[in-house]
Amino acid sequence: MSLEKILIVGASLAGLNAAKALREAGWQEHLVLLEAGHELPVDRPPLSKGFLLGTTEVERLQLPLASEIDALDIDLRLNARVEGFAADDFRVKLENDDELSAEGVIVATGSSPRRIASWPKAAGIFVLRDLAEAQELRTALAATPSRVVVVGAGFIGAEVASSARALGWEVTMIEVASTPLQRVLPSQVGAFVADLHRSNGVDLRLNSGVDVPLLDGDGTLRGVRLADGSELECEVLVLGIGASPNVEWLRGSGVPISNGICCDETLMAAPGVVAAGDVAEWFNPHFGERMRIEQWDNAVESGGVAARRLLSWAEGDPGEPYVAVPWFWSDQFDAKIQMAGRPAPEDEAVLIDGSVESGKFAYGFKRGERCMGVLAVNRPRRAILARMAMATSLQWDAVVPG
Amino acid sequence: MKIVVDYDLCESNAVCMGIAPEVFEVRDDDFLYILDENPDESLREKVEESARRCPKQAITIVD
Repeated sequence: MSLEKILIVGASLAGLNAAKALREAGWQEHLVLLEAGHELPVDRPPLSKGFLLGTTEVERLQLPLASEIDALDIDLRLNARVEGFAADDFRVKLENDDELSAEGVIVATGSSPRRIASWPKAAGIFVLRDLAEAQELRTALAATPSRVVVVGAGFIGAEVASSARALGWEVTMIEVASTPLQRVLPSQVGAFVADLHRSNGVDLRLNSGVDVPLLDGDGTLRGVRLADGSELECEVLVLGIGASPNVEWLRGSGVPISNGICCDETLMAAPGVVAAGDVAEWFNPHFGERMRIEQWDNAVESGGVAARRLLSWAEGDPGEPYVAVPWFWSDQFDAKIQMAGRPAPEDEAVLIDGSVESGKFAYGFKRGERCMGVLAVNRPRRAILARMAMATSLQWDAVVPG
Repeated sequence: MKIVVDYDLCESNAVCMGIAPEVFEVRDDDFLYILDENPDESLREKVEESARRCPKQAITIVD
């Protein structure tokens, strides 16, 4: 069977890379790209760093491939928020009641930042995901520096804290766990991140949670009450408490949903439906576990993999597993943090390069005889060599040469 | 095929080296070195993937 029409839902990094891959594979039929926003999304990594600092302007935030939309012959539909999908007859319903049919669907709807449901919307409370949110936060932080509270010491929170310090703000970072990144990485990494932030003047409060925002009579933020009853005054509060995959529109559609869209090893979720980027949860046989990855490089790579999988499905081909070695980077103060692989908090952290004191080092994460990941700080060469080795084998001795 | 890197954009993330080590190398000094500015056509696919997956979009291929 040859597909005559493919719908890509979501025009961000994964969606655009899927479109590019379809054309590169020689598929020349009708390609519709649905985007909920009124313009194309921007490239997100600079939003918490250079864009907040004012060193990266909006013109530099264009997504890779955005300039190729016409050349790729993409039927781009903006303001096209999807509301429902029926997997049996392949009809996508839009918020404005329009319906579109297709023979193949690539889901790339990404994720949305979590908020605290019980909190009111108030001037001074921010999340950071898209350009509009980043512009609001940038404007707030461009005021005369005062006090900001960052809730959550994950990567977004830590990058915002770093940027706010650079702009001269007093920063308090609230983290519910006893060390940053506790749910995802061995404690040595969290200890490093904690030291990095404290030595750069961040007031990091661990084992601490927020209760309610404190508002002025006109609804403007003046502070936040913590779970222990104490109060912090602040003019700006940023929630960095993670993101949720945008899958609600697929509930009841026949496409399986778990922690994201539940795909097989090849990123296929249902016949003719594949997923890519933040929303895709799949079994990665290389690591032997199901994973869902909210990372830039995964959006690029999985977009292409999902697109090619859809085409191979149409040819009756069983497809190949997506065997990614995850990789991300984060810039905080003077530390370029890069990690390859998929470690767990229980893995043994072994210093494999440099020293933490020198600010240039790498940890390998050991599980039995395997290396599940390498985290490098200011050692990009070490991180990428590990990634290259891990693509072939996770054997400790192969990834970490004696 | 000629490779041009915008070193004002490059942050030595080294993704390119992971994909096309024949062409790109980030050394211990943290700088990116181009090992072959005019690589053979057989490397085009890898070089194009390197350009696409560069987080800073610092790599350009001039045909």
